[in-house]
Amino acid sequence: MLAFLEKLDRRWVFLLMGLAVAIPILFPLPFEYKPSALARSVFDEIDRLPDGSRVLFSFDYDPATSGELSPMARAMLYHCGKKKHKLYVMALFGPGKTLGSEAIQEILLKYAGDDYTYGEDYVELGYQTGNEGVIKVAVTDLPQMFPTDVRGTPLSKIPVLEGVENFQAMDLLVAVSAGDPGSKQWIQYFISAYPKTRMVTGTTGVQSVSLYPYIPNQLAGMLGAIKGAAEYETIVNAKYPGPDGKPVPELTEAQRRMGPQLTAHLLMVSLIVVGNVVYLMGRRKAHQSGGGR
Amino acid sequence: MREIRIPPSQAIVAGALAFALAALAVAAPPPPTNVVAEDNPWDDGSALRVTWTSDGTDVAAWRIRRTLGEEERRQQRERHQIEAAAQAYATALAAAKAAGQAPEDATQAATAAAQAAATKAGGDTLDPFMFVGIAGASDRSFVVEGLDGESSYVVSVEPRGADGGYGEAAISAEAQPAQQLFRGDRLWFGIMLFGVIAMILGCVVAARNGVKMRIRRIAGLDAIDEAVGRATEMGRPVLFIPGIQDMDNVQTVAGVTILGRVAKTAAEYDATIEVPTARSLVMTACQDVVQSAYYEAGRADAYNPDTIRYITDEQFGFAAYAAGRMVREKPATCIYMGQFYAESLLLSENGNAVGAIQIAGTGETSQLPFFVAACDYTLIGEEFFAASAYLSREPLQMGSLMGQDMGKAMVMLLVVIGVICTTAGALGSGQAQAIADFLANNVLKS
Amino acid sequence: MKSTVPTLIATIVGVVLIVAFFVPATQSWSETAVDWFNILAGVAFILGGGNLIKVQLETISSRRPGWGYALVILVSFAIMLTVGLLKIGVPPAEQYPNHPWSGEYDAPASAFGWIFENVYNPLTSTMFALLAFYVASAAFRAFRAKNIEAMLLLGTAFIVLLGNTAIARLTDGIPDSLSFLRLDQVVANTMSYITTGAFRAITIGIAIGVAATALRVLLGIDRPYLGRT
Repeated sequence: MLAFLEKLDRRWVFLLMGLAVAIPILFPLPFEYKPSALARSVFDEIDRLPDGSRVLFSFDYDPATSGELSPMARAMLYHCGKKKHKLYVMALFGPGKTLGSEAIQEILLKYAGDDYTYGEDYVELGYQTGNEGVIKVAVTDLPQMFPTDVRGTPLSKIPVLEGVENFQAMDLLVAVSAGDPGSKQWIQYFISAYPKTRMVTGTTGVQSVSLYPYIPNQLAGMLGAIKGAAEYETIVNAKYPGPDGKPVPELTEAQRRMGPQLTAHLLMVSLIVVGNVVYLMGRRKAHQSGGGR
Repeated sequence: MREIRIPPSQAIVAGALAFALAALAVAAPPPPTNVVAEDNPWDDGSALRVTWTSDGTDVAAWRIRRTLGEEERRQQRERHQIEAAAQAYATALAAAKAAGQAPEDATQAATAAAQAAATKAGGDTLDPFMFVGIAGASDRSFVVEGLDGESSYVVSVEPRGADGGYGEAAISAEAQPAQQLFRGDRLWFGIMLFGVIAMILGCVVAARNGVKMRIRRIAGLDAIDEAVGRATEMGRPVLFIPGIQDMDNVQTVAGVTILGRVAKTAAEYDATIEVPTARSLVMTACQDVVQSAYYEAGRADAYNPDTIRYITDEQFGFAAYAAGRMVREKPATCIYMGQFYAESLLLSENGNAVGAIQIAGTGETSQLPFFVAACDYTLIGEEFFAASAYLSREPLQMGSLMGQDMGKAMVMLLVVIGVICTTAGALGSGQAQAIADFLANNVLKS
Repeated sequence: MKSTVPTLIATIVGVVLIVAFFVPATQSWSETAVDWFNILAGVAFILGGGNLIKVQLETISSRRPGWGYALVILVSFAIMLTVGLLKIGVPPAEQYPNHPWSGEYDAPASAFGWIFENVYNPLTSTMFALLAFYVASAAFRAFRAKNIEAMLLLGTAFIVLLGNTAIARLTDGIPDSLSFLRLDQVVANTMSYITTGAFRAITIGIAIGVAATALRVLLGIDRPYLGRT
């Protein structure tokens, strides 16, 4: 047995992980999530703004990370919609533009469509190449970076952009970010230079560790990974439930995905324990055989 | 149930009191006085600073509004005309169709109506003010940003009462923002930046004048020669990945610099070096660097540009290619130097599976744990940026490294001062607290 | 001359970017420099695309091992390029209903949009999801309690792994006076103080390393763009 574990083919580990994730997807595990202080501060930051404030919403992720980030992006978009904030939607990742448009159609217009008319209450600026260069330029001159919106209308002809010459006119930045360019670049090139605009972010579990140092000065709040999204969904559903008074179905997605996360984490812990037992037994065996020589 | 009876006299008093309270509740807060708008000093000419005085009675907040700039006024007028024209067009078209007119005639009539409406709307009076922001009840100043330096503005300050109603506004005289030579809010940042630059330059000059510099051992960099030698012995390639970002990323620059040293070693040992890249510009830079390295090693004939190839900008497309290549070619050595994200573990686990010696270096802190777990050696953060100096041992490079360390010492000193002052401040020392506040609000906020 | 001009360009642009941060009058210069880089990076794609086609064609023609993959790359490249450039299946834009090419090339109803949604999306999600498997195998192999530091790391990993799941709720029964012992609080404190402290130190080192590297490039001590390092 020890010999088998010592030379364990990694495909066995892959199989176990596959099962650990697949089973809770097929048989969901219902749990309730207690909101953390960070999730609460993201909610408060969006909620405390007067209705109709200007919010820059950046979809800085792609399909690879949408499993982890889409639920939180949608929950924050829903929340902004309920607050009737003016939304300026853009992306620093190419595919983020499409993901943003989908979220607007499937969440914003579905649940707050009465309050949102394109051009008057929200605008899609789309994606521009240039990574952090996009932020650097648009922070001082928006039309230079985005001459038109995604529909080809010049920015000067869009009512919701009246008085918006650059990003500095925003009250809040919501960046849902998978990496670079993303939250860190927003902080470096926008928020640090113009701290009057507040910022909240949603990010992957891996990225969140490197963003902790920016809390609370540059970052007012952060949703880390699917757990952060699940907590945020709980708060939003409690204050702004769906039309039938129940949680919005689309805003239970992160909570559903926490089941596979639980079993996967338990498997990881078990694997580490088994790995160490094998290591210690192997060392003792080597020590004993060495002593007999 | 017992009925509560109120004597008539008490009812009159209560009624009068209720009336007075109601009158108080709706009484609008008084307007502010001495509203002055002036240029916000030491900025880029896009802001005005408005100040006012008030005794603050019954004020819950201040609403700040401003007039539109010239360009904004033009846009506002244009939009108003377009809206009026569109409305007139739709109404006239519907009316003409209802009257049974032919489609061409209806369109013509609607167009004429739209033109007339636009002309008429050109003479309409529009709201000269736009909302800027809300200031707190105790605030007596506000910076109005996002202005055009070519226009003059009037700023309006309006008190908001506790019931949400607005009192009479007071407006400032006309003022125009002006651009200054220097961004005053970035002064401290500038001082620190130029401080670090001065230290680095000073050390470079000292190194040029022959001052000896020592550098500690970095195991990952010492292992490069051995790793490349192993590839030669096994007759397998060395795989070098300079991250997945473009040449405008400093980590890519550092990675490409290290590639030069590795390629020279590979040329000397007669090992094949493969460099897949995720950006076109990085590919051309890598080709130049490797070619130069082969020339320097006296092996120009062995240089093959086709081993340095562009794959795709797409993160996981690139990772799929690199992982597939590893599984098929089984490189003896894998070196990852640059900016990596989620692909770090995909690459390094596959490298581990094919038994390669792996050396990684990145400034992307979130990926360091993955590299540490899967690679034999990992350059953590600043070690990665020190690599080119470490490998070259040139005096100028070493000087810059020394300057880098001095910069770090300066930051450490600031951190220690901050911690001591904040702690002393918390224990009651006003002076220490003042220093801590100064550091936090001025030095670090610039 | 061959090396002086590029070095001068690098130095001047670098200095302009630094100066523009502090001097408002030169702010537009830095925007122009960023625009130039974007244009160059865009044009350089032709070099990259050319290289990709050349290398894959050579692999196919010489029937090197794995030439089938090269064929897949070329066919995929050709399909996406054609579908995107010719705007196949793109519906007209709202404002220009009579102009069939006026819509966005990646509109959901277009062929490009369909491929994005049904091929690209699942493929990249799959690649990312592979991380779960690799993390498990790396943890099994690398997380060994070899010394005190490794043991501390192991302990922290257990706490964070479990604290990020519903299991953390099992410790909700701990009284409020000892709430810092609740698993979610231990995780929050570990992340906010211990991890953040360590990351701040690494980040400061990196920031100064970045400044030094940038300065080496500006001074021409490192010139990776010239092939001399």
